[in-house]
Amino acid sequence: MTRENEKNDPLLVIRGLTTVFKTDLGFVRAVDGLDLKAYRGETLGVVGESGCGKSTVGMSIMGLIPNPPGKIAGGEIVFEGTDLTRLSNKEMRRVRGNKISMIFQEPMTSLNPVLKVGDLMSEVISLHQNISRGEAREKSVEALRMVGIPSPAIRVNDYPHEMSGGMRQRVMIALAISCNPSLLIADEPTTALDVTIQAQILRLLNQIKEMTGTAIILVTHDLGVIAENTQQVAVMYAGKMVEYAETGSLFDEPLHPYTNGLLLAVPRLGSKEREKRRLNVIPGAVPNLLNLPVGCRFAERCEDVMEKCRAAEPDLVDLGGNHLVRCWKYGR
Amino acid sequence: MKTFILRRILIAIPVILLVTMIMYLIINLAPGDPVDMMIGQQGLSPQEVELIRADLGLNKPIYVRYVKWLGQLLHGNMGFSYLDHQPVIDRIAERLAPTFSLMIFVIVVSYALAVPIGVISAVRQYSWVDYLATAVAFFGISFPNFFAGLVGIYVFSLKLNLLPTGGLSTIGEAFSLGDRFYHLLLPGLVLAVREVGVLVRYTRSSMLDVIRQDYVRTARASGLAETSVILKHALRNALLPLITMLGLAIPRLFAGVVIIEQIFQWPGMGRLAIEAILGRDYPVLMGLTLCTALMVLFGNLLADVLYGVADPRIRLAGKH
Amino acid sequence: MNVALTDSQTSLAPRRSFAGMAWRRFLRHKLAVIGAVTISLIVLMALFAPLIAPYDPNHVDIMLAREGPSPDHLFGLDVVGRDILSRMIYGTRVSLSVGLVAVSIYVVIGLILGAMAGYFGGWVDMIISRLVDAVLSFPVLMLILVIVGALGPSIFNIMLVLGLLGWPEVARIVRGQTLAVREELYVTASEAAGAGAKRIIIKDILPNIMSPIIVNATFGVARAILMEAGLSFLGMGVQPPTASWGNMLTDAQSLSTLESMPWMWVPPGMMIFIATVAINFVGDGLRDALDPKMN
Repeated sequence: MTRENEKNDPLLVIRGLTTVFKTDLGFVRAVDGLDLKAYRGETLGVVGESGCGKSTVGMSIMGLIPNPPGKIAGGEIVFEGTDLTRLSNKEMRRVRGNKISMIFQEPMTSLNPVLKVGDLMSEVISLHQNISRGEAREKSVEALRMVGIPSPAIRVNDYPHEMSGGMRQRVMIALAISCNPSLLIADEPTTALDVTIQAQILRLLNQIKEMTGTAIILVTHDLGVIAENTQQVAVMYAGKMVEYAETGSLFDEPLHPYTNGLLLAVPRLGSKEREKRRLNVIPGAVPNLLNLPVGCRFAERCEDVMEKCRAAEPDLVDLGGNHLVRCWKYGR
Repeated sequence: MKTFILRRILIAIPVILLVTMIMYLIINLAPGDPVDMMIGQQGLSPQEVELIRADLGLNKPIYVRYVKWLGQLLHGNMGFSYLDHQPVIDRIAERLAPTFSLMIFVIVVSYALAVPIGVISAVRQYSWVDYLATAVAFFGISFPNFFAGLVGIYVFSLKLNLLPTGGLSTIGEAFSLGDRFYHLLLPGLVLAVREVGVLVRYTRSSMLDVIRQDYVRTARASGLAETSVILKHALRNALLPLITMLGLAIPRLFAGVVIIEQIFQWPGMGRLAIEAILGRDYPVLMGLTLCTALMVLFGNLLADVLYGVADPRIRLAGKH
Repeated sequence: MNVALTDSQTSLAPRRSFAGMAWRRFLRHKLAVIGAVTISLIVLMALFAPLIAPYDPNHVDIMLAREGPSPDHLFGLDVVGRDILSRMIYGTRVSLSVGLVAVSIYVVIGLILGAMAGYFGGWVDMIISRLVDAVLSFPVLMLILVIVGALGPSIFNIMLVLGLLGWPEVARIVRGQTLAVREELYVTASEAAGAGAKRIIIKDILPNIMSPIIVNATFGVARAILMEAGLSFLGMGVQPPTASWGNMLTDAQSLSTLESMPWMWVPPGMMIFIATVAINFVGDGLRDALDPKMN
């Protein structure tokens, strides 16, 4: 896998994205000053535990943050040269499902039960591509074929409940790629599926990426998925990105103590000593987003915590080789 | 589908038997019978009373009378009214049209009003439409229908002189649909008040459930216009439980119909029921019991069938 | 595959008891609070009627019959010469007692039958479920009218009938929850420990069903009040001279009374509305307060 990132322009550049939600008990910054880049034909992984804000990133890019109670409070999302945060809803609609698509975690409930699969897809395709319903119908069948659904011409008339979970997720993917988006956001696409189906779906996503050159942002809490399917990884914690690197670099040389903790917590098969080792647990709990500590958000749970960690929050530092980290251990 | 309907009809039969049996029992528990009423009016001798009793079959034990009634029923004969000796079937039949026209009017008007209000109030939660809808809903289900009837007559008939105070049509005038509608308006609207209240709440809650669903998120994420998302993707799902309500509307409205027909002198089945009770007209009462029990059972069946047709998940059960 | 393990617990607020949180949620519904205050006032009116009412509700003053409101009689007098305000105050007793008694009857019946059906299952469940279907298939008003017509109109008959016909909904709730809870481990543990069926029902199942039943019962009281009022209005419920808000409107069926003497029927009608809407507000507030899923 050649690294051509320095030569390619990034397809998507996120700078300083801050998304807030108003709750009964105050404002919550689900995403706080996030910087991110995604490249054509490559998969960017976004990993973190529940509540770290990773799903909110995807929703923010799509402009699907429900308002109220949430909104994008700052930053920019530049996609193919345009700042998506400045677009009107009408303009954003031309992007959604068309240039940027998203697939979600629960295939069992993500398809409208009273609509035939083909009807849903045709509606979306004919909307974005301004073609007749008949032509859109043909394209739907094509999309179903591309995602590996057998007998697509028959299946196109099925209702969602006539399909298994794995098939439904394929339909979701077919719907997402039907208009040839340049960016596909996959929010925990395999979490609700069986292990064997997970592998199939991930393989399918990779195939599509290779065939069409679509950029993928893969959001997950599963490091195994990250390891095998992404080219770059961003690690998030409590709304902030704490580390970013090429996937290989992250696993070889995790810099942030949180990343380190995550990797150590993964059970490993192999040598006897490794198996005997107790699973590592990161002590403590995720900070209360309504009541964030003054310094580094991970300070409470960090093995290598220092005085200055509690005093101020570290900035993101570029250590070269496309490896960034937000930690006082590495300077400024 | 056909086996489903058949099975339901078969189950319905013992239920109807049970209902009519219990009603027959209760009716006959009442002290006094129609003959007593006649005595008061005509001053008959004891022998004449016994003759009349025997003639009407009132001297036989209760289970015999019930079985006789049942037997006659299977021949399509519901007996004869004690009050005017007309066939019960005829007495009921002539009251069907007024009652059903009233009910259908109420159903149409209330759905036409409630569904849009409910949908908008769900989509625009906390807006003025939402508060209006909530107010309408609470008002509708809490306002006593007979009081509403009285207020309606007071305001629209007596004070504003816009609508008639009751009756099916204007006396002395030839039949005209306009006149009939004119008389239908006030009782129908009064009945609709409660039904709108019930439906608005139902629609709103159903819609609120649906717009939170993942498939609505999928529709938005695909770039569809909000109108299509709400009206096509969301509403069709939200309407499913309302279809059940539709099937059950007729049995649900019956209680209100009885009271409203009384206030507005509407010659329907409700008024017939009250006349029959006050006059101890057993045959008519049994006939009405049967009819209303059938209405309830049919309403339930209709609701289930309609739902089965509308929801593909149920319609296609057993296809693959 | 493998998931990162951490001790994660996002605690947004200190833990409160269920009742405490429910109470807080209830208080946030302004309408529910207004409703609760209103009902309390009505209850007080019922309890202290003899002290509050200016006149004996059945006392007849023929000379002043049909008189409109005056300083002596704030709401005027009815066709027979009784003070309307006093009758309205005493009417609270009728409505509240019918509501509470009828609902109590059907909640108890529904609890027992529903729990039996859910816990024992098998043919017990089948019989009770068929019974539920049968009662629900009854044309309720017809039955009430017939019973009242046969046995005579009285407040007890109404309470009885409403009580005997209202239990299916409660039974369904109880049965559903009992079935669900039955699967829970702790019930199995109790059985293993040798606790009797009755004890299991009381200790393990009841606390979980209280919420929906309380909500259902609240709305049930409102429905019972409306039913009683309607029946009394038709002359099939509480009979004069006993004052019921419903029967205070009976005279208004005459067009002349309706038109020229609004003080006779508007106040009692409004009382029915106010009481019913207050109870419905409270019921709605309770439903939101007791139900973890916010609507």
